[in-house]
Amino acid sequence: MTEPTTDKLANTEALAERVTAAAGMTATDGAPAEVARPAADAAPTDVLTAAQRVALARQPGRPGVAEFIKALFGDFFEQRGDRSQTDDPSIMGGIARFHGRPVTVIGNRKGATIEERIACNFGMASPEGYRKAQRIMRAAEKFGRPIITFVDTSGAYPGLEAEEHGQGEAIARSIELMSSLTVPVVSVITGEGGSGGALALAVGNRVLMLENAVYSVLSPEGFASILWKDASRADEACEVMKLTADDLLELGVIDGIIPEPAGGAHENSQALFQVVDTAISRELAELEKMSRPALLEDRYRKFRAMGATAVRRGRV
Amino acid sequence: MAGILAERRQRLLALKKLRGGAATESRRTAATTCPSCGRDLPEEELDANQRVCPYCGHHFPLPARERLHIILDEGSFKELDPNLVSRDPLDFPGYPEKLKGLNAKTHLGDAVVTGLGKIGGVRVAVAALDTGFLMASMGAVVGEKLARLIERAGKSHLPLIIFSASGGARMQEGIVSLMQMAKTSAAIQRFSDKGGLYISVLTHPTTGGVTASFASLGDIMLAEPGALIGFAGPRVIEQTIGEKLPEGFQSAEFQLEHGFLDAVVPRARMRSMLIRVLALHGKGGVNRDRTHDR
Repeated sequence: MTEPTTDKLANTEALAERVTAAAGMTATDGAPAEVARPAADAAPTDVLTAAQRVALARQPGRPGVAEFIKALFGDFFEQRGDRSQTDDPSIMGGIARFHGRPVTVIGNRKGATIEERIACNFGMASPEGYRKAQRIMRAAEKFGRPIITFVDTSGAYPGLEAEEHGQGEAIARSIELMSSLTVPVVSVITGEGGSGGALALAVGNRVLMLENAVYSVLSPEGFASILWKDASRADEACEVMKLTADDLLELGVIDGIIPEPAGGAHENSQALFQVVDTAISRELAELEKMSRPALLEDRYRKFRAMGATAVRRGRV
Repeated sequence: MAGILAERRQRLLALKKLRGGAATESRRTAATTCPSCGRDLPEEELDANQRVCPYCGHHFPLPARERLHIILDEGSFKELDPNLVSRDPLDFPGYPEKLKGLNAKTHLGDAVVTGLGKIGGVRVAVAALDTGFLMASMGAVVGEKLARLIERAGKSHLPLIIFSASGGARMQEGIVSLMQMAKTSAAIQRFSDKGGLYISVLTHPTTGGVTASFASLGDIMLAEPGALIGFAGPRVIEQTIGEKLPEGFQSAEFQLEHGFLDAVVPRARMRSMLIRVLALHGKGGVNRDRTHDR
């Protein structure tokens, strides 16, 4: 968790620094200026409401794991199937080269066309999808490949078969497995980070978020429906849930924010890919200096600290 | 046999003493209708039967401290972190007041009681969630107390037993609540990697983020009869698929049939089952040969 500070301005400045650092936009590394900041005529993105960011995070043209793999990685070998029952296309993963070295890449796939979206169940994975991710991650651990995950799901599928096949167990095992890895893991929340279904791919040594991505315990609709018995109050829920990248950086849940082109990620994917590439390269370069036990310990410490400052001794 | 009955009678008497407090007084005055068979059950009769309906076997929820009382050896329980409370990490409107009211009403800091005790003479690290506290939803306090307990169990080479129950994530703690899934699961992973035995007991209801984290990660998975166990709640599933769910969907018996439990164990037999499972795992239930660090 971040240190609590009463100085709002200092806090904002520190935030801006970390945003810049995460995107690799220092003067020395040669990141193109037009990638670094939105065009002058664009509305400054910091005036977007949380509800507007939710809308952007769900924008259909937003690049997903398939697009990121195509743009950022070479020689992608897709690993399919859970080795038990089926192949869930809503989880996409495999081996690829990232700046020359073999890595494992996995993400939630929503699909681009309507046919793909139906096949991918709109990005809501089944237990088999999570078990497929597990076996792909186990292979990465075996061969010492760094893992990069792209997270974009409204949540794990809440269906009848999913329950019969142990959706809860599949997510729990994914989280447990990610906690045990001794290879570098970088997770990028690219769109919707919805609930346990997102966390199952997001137990990374470093967790980054695109500027307009959201990450929350539940969809704003579900949240409003549970707390206020009224799903139509979703916009109101967005504001109290603290689900934007800025909120989550301040809460210490994520490590950095990757800025998006003016108007959102879907407006200029090429520009976005460059910034994402730089951000992942930077995190990997740091993590690859660490020993395998140190990577395990680093990840444990990171998640062990989550919420540690949210408790206190009180009178009961 | 007579010994066991005498022991049980002793426990019930002690339990009655425990219930003497003001917090439970209102409950004692009325009878409760069994939701399963519809019979009116006098509170005393229900208490005398570990809050299981004597006619149909329906298992009523059990407050965390009473749960530990009927499971652990008499007087062996030492509670850990009883005063840990939430700081309201999201500044959620109305939440601190709600917590204060529940603290006073339940005498609990939050929705879990953790501590050390003995079962049949075997030292264990043990936790029970309490549905009387915001449906035993998991926020920062539940996550932190469990992580501390699991780490303590690892350090002291104790077997770990967690009685889960939960409506899921603590909505008022938002993303901080979600992160407790990672924290508790990581702690279980580390404990397990060092050879620690974890017995997970699922009670009614165990759902959402608790099902999708530590509750599903037991070496041994047990549940109480009729407990609702699942990831998505029945209403959410019905909305998703647009039809009614079949009778018994997501019950403990359903989970046993689908391969997610080792056994469904009635409350009256839970203690003896735990004693048996602990004994089968050797002295203290810990494989001491695997206490290496990676």
